[in-house]
Amino acid sequence: MIEFEGVGHDYGERMVLADVNARLREHRVALVGANGSGKSTLVRTINGLVCPSRGRVLVDGRDPALDGRSVRRRVGFVFTNPDSQIVMPTAGEDVAFSLRRSDMSKKERTRRAVEILAAHGLDGYADHPAHQLSGGQKQLLALCSMLALMPDVLVCDEPTTLLDPRNKRHYAEVLCGLEQQVVLATHDLHLIEDFDRVLVLEAGRVVADDAPADALRYYRKLLG
Amino acid sequence: MARSRSALPAADLARTVVFAAFIAVLGIFPGVYVGGSAVPIVVQNMGPLLAGSILGARRGAVCLLLFLVLVALGFPVLSGGRGGLAVFAGPTGGFILGWAASAAVAGLLVRRALPRPGLPTLVLACVAGAAMDYLVGVPYWGAVIGDFGAAAKQSLVFLPGDAAKVVLAAVVAAIVHRALPQTGGPQVGARQAGDRAEAEGP
Amino acid sequence: MNPGALYHPGTSLPHRLPVGGKLVGLLGFAALVFVARSPWWLGGGVLVVAVGYALARVPPASWSRLVRSLLVLLVPLFAVQWWLIGLDSATVVCLRLAATLGMANLFTLTTRIDDLVDAIERATRPLHRFGVRPDRFGLLVGFTVQAVAALTGIAADVREAQRARGMDRSVVAFAVPFLVRTLRHADELGEALAARGVADD
Repeated sequence: MIEFEGVGHDYGERMVLADVNARLREHRVALVGANGSGKSTLVRTINGLVCPSRGRVLVDGRDPALDGRSVRRRVGFVFTNPDSQIVMPTAGEDVAFSLRRSDMSKKERTRRAVEILAAHGLDGYADHPAHQLSGGQKQLLALCSMLALMPDVLVCDEPTTLLDPRNKRHYAEVLCGLEQQVVLATHDLHLIEDFDRVLVLEAGRVVADDAPADALRYYRKLLG
Repeated sequence: MARSRSALPAADLARTVVFAAFIAVLGIFPGVYVGGSAVPIVVQNMGPLLAGSILGARRGAVCLLLFLVLVALGFPVLSGGRGGLAVFAGPTGGFILGWAASAAVAGLLVRRALPRPGLPTLVLACVAGAAMDYLVGVPYWGAVIGDFGAAAKQSLVFLPGDAAKVVLAAVVAAIVHRALPQTGGPQVGARQAGDRAEAEGP
Repeated sequence: MNPGALYHPGTSLPHRLPVGGKLVGLLGFAALVFVARSPWWLGGGVLVVAVGYALARVPPASWSRLVRSLLVLLVPLFAVQWWLIGLDSATVVCLRLAATLGMANLFTLTTRIDDLVDAIERATRPLHRFGVRPDRFGLLVGFTVQAVAALTGIAADVREAQRARGMDRSVVAFAVPFLVRTLRHADELGEALAARGVADD
């Protein structure tokens, strides 16, 4: 479970998060909001990439600002730009890199990486140069590399922004098939129709918190 | 503790690694043609000055050491596709070894003027950084050919070109510092990265 | 596009020698060449290097590249040294350089980078008690090579934008946007590495 207790954050003079209070225990939670509404900052507080100026965050009772390492082991994070997330030359090696701290032998890691890739739409791409994959495939690879860490929670910050509509749909299907709790910050309202809960952010506050249909109706009204 | 910079050592590591790659790409990429000249000017030796004045002394020096390791291992990352141990054995090897010291000196001088170093400070830092490189490079050259006077005389050939690059590096660093404030400061990493993600959005 | 190594694959004797031995041999050779003063001995050194190249069966392209870069370096150096100091000294200096540069280049041509990284990790393992982490070394090298691939793409983008704005002669119009995007890439990579637990251990 993820808890936000009076979370606020400033960058210098500028306030990006005012006062967020929420408990997220649903399987699939979405955060929507315009540019600058604070959603990227809010999701970054979940694994300690941003330490909030006020209030605190708890992930299964642990504060990522104090105990970043152990929280990051439970929380996987997928970013917007897949190019920045790939650190190894081939798709298989990139996934295997996530497994480097496990007890597995090199051979087992490679085999496991191939399995993970195959399970998420990258069957047969283990030896493919990672930087020559298409944008959609790169983002799937980034997801696979995160899932290899077997996180309890997967946080995604606008993972489909750079994908074309067909890849967006495919990516959404993969996300919806995951067992983990998923927290997704996005603009893409089609992605979240089947989600359990949607929070609408505006100027660093949660202004709506509801089932998707109602929250999205409110959000569309907000956007005018 | 976790709220300090050490919360994200990965951010430090990423900057060092990516900047080393930046210097490599400056060498791989064809030079820039200036003012209708037929010969492209090689911009790679602006790299150490930029590393020092943008990343700071410590990260800048580590970044250049990493780059030198890549050269020594045999990656063709020096301008003209050069690399390998032979580079250091040649007469101009000292100028390349001196890059690490050069970045450190430039970084030390910029630190006083953070968070917003002005152009005069940056020019001074880059001049000092380049001078440091000569301080390493010329004696090394002298040692290789066995004649320090001749080495000093011959290295004068590089002065005009290097003077131009020092000024260019300072101008570029000044613009980058204005575009990304706090870049060389101690607060690099999570906060700033989040800030940027938030400010720009897609 | 990855920066391919200068290594030339092969199975010859110079390729098969252990990396550590080759490195020690290279240093020993360089030391001998440095103290030798007779042009005959130095000429012998150059001959040894030539035999090494023949044994390694390096393709002519690598040969001619080496010879060309040596000539570009040595011809003017020879001329200046002759004029400033004298013929004997010029000959000694140039032979010495040809021998060391040739041998160092042969080492690079016949040694795989992976093997070299392994050898360095092994050799620096005793430094572990002083806080040096040799196992990180290969990782750092790998990350940098990956970053070169990513930045090459960015540089090409910036170059295109620069041309589109008709500013292809300006160093600043290339360096500033390239550098800004480089630093942004670094910040994104830093977050991604942190999320994958790099540097946490």
